[in-house]
Amino acid sequence: MAEIGLAHYLVVSAILFMLGVFGIFMNRRNVIVILMSVELILLSVTLNLVAFSARLDDLAGQVFAMFILTVAAAEAAIGLAIVVIYFRQRGTIEVEDISALKG
Amino acid sequence: MTALAFYLFAGVLIASAVMVVTARNPVHAVLYLILGFFNAAALFLIAGAEFLAMILVIVYVGAVAVLFLFVVMMLDIDFAQLRRGLQRHAPFGAVIGGILLLELLLVVALWRLAPEAAALRAAPVPPAVDNTEALGRILYTDNIYLFQLAGLILLVAMIGAIVLTLRDRPGTKRQDIARQIARPGRIDLLRVPTGAGIATTGILRPEPAEAPAAAKPVAHQPQGEGH
Repeated sequence: MAEIGLAHYLVVSAILFMLGVFGIFMNRRNVIVILMSVELILLSVTLNLVAFSARLDDLAGQVFAMFILTVAAAEAAIGLAIVVIYFRQRGTIEVEDISALKG
Repeated sequence: MTALAFYLFAGVLIASAVMVVTARNPVHAVLYLILGFFNAAALFLIAGAEFLAMILVIVYVGAVAVLFLFVVMMLDIDFAQLRRGLQRHAPFGAVIGGILLLELLLVVALWRLAPEAAALRAAPVPPAVDNTEALGRILYTDNIYLFQLAGLILLVAMIGAIVLTLRDRPGTKRQDIARQIARPGRIDLLRVPTGAGIATTGILRPEPAEAPAAAKPVAHQPQGEGH
C-alpha cells in the first residue's frame, strides 16, 4: 500500500469541503444544519493546514489551525445564540423566511 | 499499517460527513458530526499533530457539538416541515459541490512544491522536541499577540452570546442594589421578645406607598411598558 502523503490528506479535505458546501445548498431551510456544514468546511480547512504543516515540517500551520478552532468555537456560540433568539421571536428557524433586515 | 489506519479513519470521516448533511433527524446529524470530529482527530494524530488532535476532541466534541445538541433538543422545531423542498435544492447543491470538488482535485493533481519552500518556513519543527512543547514555544513567543487576540475573540463571543440570549420576563423579581442602598429613612436594630409580635415594641409597618399591583399574568402578549 502506498505511503500516506500530502495528496491523500488534500483529497480527503477536498471531499469534506465539497460535502460542507453541498450541505449548505441542500439544507436551505434548516439553519442548524447549515451551521454544522460550516463546521465541516472549517474542519476541512484545518485538515489542510495540518497536512501542509506535517509535509513542510513547519509548525506555523498548526498554530494557524488552532486559531481557526478558536474562531470556529466563537462562531458556533454566536450563531446558535442568534438561532435561539430568532426562534424565541418567530417560532421558526426557516432560513428562507428570514427577511427582517430587507427593509 | 499507517496507510490502513488512514484509509479507515478517512472513510469513516467522509461517511459521517455525508450523514451529517443528509440525516433526517438533526440529533443524529449532530451525533454523526461528533463521530466525524473523532476521526478527524485520528487523522491529525497520523499527521503528527498530537496537540491539535486533543484540542479538536476537547473543543469540538466537548463544547461545540454539545452546544449544537443542546440547541437542537431545546428548540421545538418541526424538522419534517423543514425538510420540504430538499429534493428541489439537492441537484443545485450537487452541481456546485461537484464543480468545487473538481477544481480542488485539479489543484491537488497539478500542485508542486516550490524548491525554495524549505527556506521560507516560518517556524521549522525543532528536532527532538514534543509537538505540544514545540507549539507552546512558538505560541507564547512569536505569536503572543495573536494568542491574546484569540482570547479576546472568545471573550467577545461569550459576552455576545450571553447578551443575545438574556431576556427580561415581566413579573420576575430581582434585587436592585442601588435602590436598596438609596432608600430613605434609617434602620434601627431592636430586640423583639420571643413569641411577641413586633407591634409590642411600638413598631408599625409603614403604609405601602401604593397598593401593590395584582400579580401580572405571565403572558406572551406584549406588555405596555418596557422594551
